[in-house]
Amino acid sequence: MTCDDEDRPGPTPGPAVPPGAPHTPGPVGPAATAGGPDGTAPGADGTVPGPYATTPGPATTAEDPDATTEGPGAAARGPEATAPDAVTCRALRYAFGETRAVDGVDLSVRPGEVFGLLGPNGAGKTTAIRCITTLLPVPAGMVRVFGHDAAKERMAVRRLLGYVPQQLSADAGLTGRENVALFARVFDVSRRERAARIAQALEAVGLTDAADRLAKTYSGGMIRRLELAQALVSAPRLLMLDEPTIGLDPIARTSVWEHINAVRAATGMTVLVTTHYMDEADQYCDRLALMHRGRIRALGTPDELRSALHARRRAAAASPTAGTAPHPSATAAPAPAANPAPASSASVAAASSSSSAPSRSSDAVPTLEDVFRDVAGSGLDEQSGDFRDVRSTRRTAHRVG
Amino acid sequence: MSGAPAAPHTGSAEPAAGPGPLDLLLVPPRARTGWRVVPARVLAMCVVELQKLRHDRTELYTRAVQPALWLLVFGETFTRIKAIPTGGVPYIDYLAPGIIAQSAMFIAIFYGIMIIWERDAGILTKLLVTPTPRAALIAGKAFAAGVKALIQAVVVIVIAALLGVALTGNPLRLLGVAVAVVLGSAFFSCLSMTIAGIVLTRDRLMGIGQAITMPLFFASNALYPVAIMPGWLQTVSRINPLSYQVDALRGLLLGSHAHLALDYAVLVAAAAAGIAAAASLLGRLAR
Repeated sequence: MTCDDEDRPGPTPGPAVPPGAPHTPGPVGPAATAGGPDGTAPGADGTVPGPYATTPGPATTAEDPDATTEGPGAAARGPEATAPDAVTCRALRYAFGETRAVDGVDLSVRPGEVFGLLGPNGAGKTTAIRCITTLLPVPAGMVRVFGHDAAKERMAVRRLLGYVPQQLSADAGLTGRENVALFARVFDVSRRERAARIAQALEAVGLTDAADRLAKTYSGGMIRRLELAQALVSAPRLLMLDEPTIGLDPIARTSVWEHINAVRAATGMTVLVTTHYMDEADQYCDRLALMHRGRIRALGTPDELRSALHARRRAAAASPTAGTAPHPSATAAPAPAANPAPASSASVAAASSSSSAPSRSSDAVPTLEDVFRDVAGSGLDEQSGDFRDVRSTRRTAHRVG
Repeated sequence: MSGAPAAPHTGSAEPAAGPGPLDLLLVPPRARTGWRVVPARVLAMCVVELQKLRHDRTELYTRAVQPALWLLVFGETFTRIKAIPTGGVPYIDYLAPGIIAQSAMFIAIFYGIMIIWERDAGILTKLLVTPTPRAALIAGKAFAAGVKALIQAVVVIVIAALLGVALTGNPLRLLGVAVAVVLGSAFFSCLSMTIAGIVLTRDRLMGIGQAITMPLFFASNALYPVAIMPGWLQTVSRINPLSYQVDALRGLLLGSHAHLALDYAVLVAAAAAGIAAAASLLGRLAR
C-alpha cells in the first residue's frame, strides 16, 4: 500500500507534493482521476474544483499530535506518508439520548484495503458508519474521509462515497437501469457519458441482462448487486457497505462478495464494510475492527487477531495465573485501538474463554468468534440490538424472502 | 479517459479479471457547482416520478375516480339546485377548478407518507449521502409531486370538458394553470413532509393527513365563495394557500375575476417556506 502513491497523488496537503511533480503523472487509471471532485489535489487537475471544497488541503493537517500517517510533518517524510487515510476516526462519540451508541472510536482505514467493522447487533457499527457518511452529525471527536472533515465538508465527503445501507434500498418501482440512472444524475454524471457509465456499473455487478426489468422482480442478491451498481456509478474512492449480505442465502452472499472483490481489484477503491458474520470477515477483509458496545475492542488482520489470542491462550495454559496477558489490540495493530478493554475485562475474558468448551484447547487455532468472545467479554448474548435494529433486520430479511 | 483500468492498488489484490471494462468507473464525474445543483436534482426527482408512473399507471386511474365523482355527482346536483352564488357561471364550471386543486392537493399530501416509507426502505438514507443539499432534495420531491399533480390536473380537465364545462383553450392561460398546480402541490407536499419530519412514523402521519386534508379543502373557496362563509371560516380560508390556488385556477380557466398577482405571490412564498421547513426537519428523518 505504500508503493501506490504514483497512481494516486490524492488530496495531499502541504508543499511536499507540488502539482505535477515529482511523480510522472500516470497516463491512465486512477491517477488522472484522483484529484477528482474533492478538489483538494492542489491544482493537479484544475478542471474539476469541487463545489463545496472551499477549504483546500490544509484541512488535512490534523491537529492531532498522535495522527501517525498524516499531520503537518508527515508529507516531508517521504512518499509513503503522503496519502491520507481513507477514513480516520478519532475519539468519535455519538449518543441517542442516554444510549451511547458509539463511545470513543479510533480507527484508520488505509487506502485500498477492505476494512471490516465486525460486531453484534447494537454494537454501534451502523451509527459509526452513519457518522462517517455525514448522515449523522459528529458531536464529539473527529472523522475524516481522505482528509476531508465529515462535519465541515459534507459535500466533498459525499462525492467520495458510495454507500449501500443495511436495508434493500433499490426502488422497486423502477428498472435496474433507472435505479442506477438516478444516482448517475444526482452525482452530476454528464448526459454524454451517462448511458455508458450506467452500462459499465451494471456490467460490473453482472446485471446487464436484467437491467431493464423492474427491481421488484429481482432476487435479494440481485438487489444487493444493483445497489452496488448504484454506488459504483459515481466512481467513489470509498465504498461503504452496511451489512451487505444480511438475510441473503449463502450463494447470494458469495456472489455479492465476489462482485465486491472484483470491483475493488479493478478500481482500487477502499471498502469499509460492517458485518456480523465472522466467516465473511475472516475470508474477505484485509483488516478488522471488533466492535462491541460502542467501542473497538481489537484491531488487526484476521490472522493477527487469531494468533494473538492463540499466543495468549498458550501463555495462559502454561501459567494459569497469567490473567494479565497483553490485549490483542495492543499487539496487533499499528493504529492502536484507543480503548483497550478496562483492566477488569481481561480477567472476564479469561473466564469466558475457559467456559467456551469446544475451543478450550490451547493448541487449536482459535476462530474469529473465539477472538470476539474473548475481547467482548460477557454480555454478548443478552439484549444485543434494540427493537428498531431487529425490526429493520427482519424487514430486510422479509424483503429478501 | 481511455485505456485499460490501472493496476490494483494493493499488492494483495488479484488482477482485474471478472467484469468487463470499467474505465468510466474510475473517473469521478465532474461536479456541478453552486446553485446549478438544485435544478439538476429537481430534474432527477421528476424523471424518477415519471418513470414510476410509466411503469405503473394504476394510481393515475384510481385517483381519477374521486374527482370524477365530485364533478359528476356533487357538481351536477348542485348545478340543478342553484343554491350557491357563483356569479353567473354554472356551478359545475365553478367547481371544476376547485376539484383540480383538491385532487392535486390529495396527491401532494401523500408525499409525507412516501418520504417516511423511503426512509424505512433506506432509499432516503442513500439519497442523503449523495452530494445533494437537503433543500435541493426536498425541492426535488416537491416538484416531483407537482409533476404528478399536473398529470392528474390534465385528467380532471379532460373529465370536466367531457361534462361540458367551458374551460379556456388559451395556451398561455393553461401554462399559468400548470404553474399554479405545480406550486400548490409543492407547498402541500412540503407541508406533509414537514409533518413527517415531526411525527416520524407512517401511522401517525396517515392519521394527521386524513385529519387535515378535508378541513383544508372545506375551508377554502374550492366548493363555494368565501363571501358566504361565516367570519371565522373566512379567516381560515384567507390563510389557506389552497384558496389562492383555486382563485388563480378559476380566473385562468373560466375568465372570472381573480387576484392573479397576489395568488402567485402567495403560492411562491408558501412553496418556498414549505421547502425551507421540510428541509430543516429532514435531518430528523435521517437519524
